[in-house]
Amino acid sequence: MYNFEFEKPATIADAVAALGAEDAQALGGGQTLLPTMKQRLAMPTKLVSLSGIGEMQGVCSNNDGSLSIGGATTHATVAAEAAAQYPALADLASHIGDPAVRNRGTIGGSLANNDPAACYPAAALGSGATIVTNAREIAADDYFQGLFTTALEEGEIITGVRFPVPEAANYQKFLQPASRFALVGVFVAKFADGVRVAVTGASEDGVFRWSEAEQALSASFSPEAVNGLQVDPANMMGDIHGTKEYRAHLIGVLTKRAVAAAS
Amino acid sequence: MGKQIITLTVNGEKHEVAAEPRELLVHTLRETLKLTGPHVGCETSHCGACTVDIDGKSVKSCTMFAAQADGAEITTIEGIATPDGMHVLQEMFREHHGLQCGFCTPGMITRAYRLLQENPNPTEEEVRFGIAGNLCRCTGYQNIVKAILAAAAELNASKEAAQ
Ligand SMILES: Cc1cc2nc3c(=O)[nH]c(=O)nc-3n(C[C@H](O)[C@H](O)[C@H](O)COP(=O)(O)OP(=O)(O)OC[C@H]3O[C@@H](n4cnc5c(N)ncnc54)[C@H](O)[C@@H]3O)c2cc1C
Ligand code: FES
Ligand code: FES
Repeated sequence: MYNFEFEKPATIADAVAALGAEDAQALGGGQTLLPTMKQRLAMPTKLVSLSGIGEMQGVCSNNDGSLSIGGATTHATVAAEAAAQYPALADLASHIGDPAVRNRGTIGGSLANNDPAACYPAAALGSGATIVTNAREIAADDYFQGLFTTALEEGEIITGVRFPVPEAANYQKFLQPASRFALVGVFVAKFADGVRVAVTGASEDGVFRWSEAEQALSASFSPEAVNGLQVDPANMMGDIHGTKEYRAHLIGVLTKRAVAAAS
Repeated sequence: MGKQIITLTVNGEKHEVAAEPRELLVHTLRETLKLTGPHVGCETSHCGACTVDIDGKSVKSCTMFAAQADGAEITTIEGIATPDGMHVLQEMFREHHGLQCGFCTPGMITRAYRLLQENPNPTEEEVRFGIAGNLCRCTGYQNIVKAILAAAAELNASKEAAQ
């Protein structure tokens, strides 16, 4: 790995200023960035660690019932601290990778990276969350823009994520046992005004909403409502771990399981 | 981009070391501090052979820069034995044949050490889930799980006896 400068600011303002330098990059838990740098796929000249910024840490409830999570909060902390208010989200966090990955990896890093097989993008899109940055607020529906691509601008930091808490929700992850990522993952959330279904691990365009299932489940929140619905395999990822058809099939199976577990 | 001085408290002993920002913690531990317990297996955050305990949490030391650990308290396998002898986990790994080649063992025991503090009375399933980030190419895990469960029972029994 090439060398770089290392900074660990204590405030968001200082982090934004440090990220103004050319080829500077934010460092969350490093669970994705370090492996990427080892392969020289990323070669920042400066790393700005976000882990010392107190205002980006932790989970808290808002007056409107939503849940705010600091952008530098680790998966392990979300698993522990969101369990009472948003159990489906805490459960998702508690199954990311393995204990050591959860102790370092952060929600902001996961959402910024937008790996097509990552878990948090499904939770954010499935909950209709708001991604809060140092500059603005972005609705999840506008935030995810394809494989490893998001609405974030250069140097923009995810300072937090605001999750509306649904009446019922569940995440089903079909584990790819070697990587521990999702081979396919489905997040189902039932709100008073309708159901959202977000699918990760499956599409060539990254996380997406399965709108046909959303309509069927909004009419009747039961596993049977999904019977007969089928995602078109054409746009699915196909690799040695699973064909396009297999992934498309799993989406239906996991959606039913998620609805059964949530209701 | 030169070396920075960082402070690490490792197995109770405070060290000031000079490290380039790109230096991985596992290399600082092995090469500067000569603590060769944490192994480098994959260096891609998959195998867990490099697992150490940082501020009370299991971490893969190949996926952390030494600079990120500045100020931290670290425990490696070298710090787990007591002055009176081996830790119960080490005893149980021996008794139950929880190792063959031994390459995964320092990481495995360091992880199990933390697991039993997070959950002193785990089920077999919880042990397996708890060591999911530590791979073993030899044992098939059966005896590792047995050893950890036996250590938990032993630790709980001695806690009860002390009360
Ligand atoms: C063995 C293993 C298994 C894993 N399994 C899973 C899994 O099952 N599910 C899953 O979802 N993920 C999994 N991951 C990925 C893990 O969740 C990572 O922690 C996560 O993708 C990245 O978070 P990080 O904090 O480590 O980010 P980093 O690696 O530090 O950064 C990743 C990217 O995000 C940027 N970034 C970091 N923080 C911010 C921020 N606050 N604002 C803006 N940009 C930021 C960085 O510049 C970089 O480009 C796994 C990783 C490993 C190593
Ligand atoms: S050497 Fe660190 S996880 Fe394999
Ligand atoms: S004993 Fe050989 S890898 Fe575990």
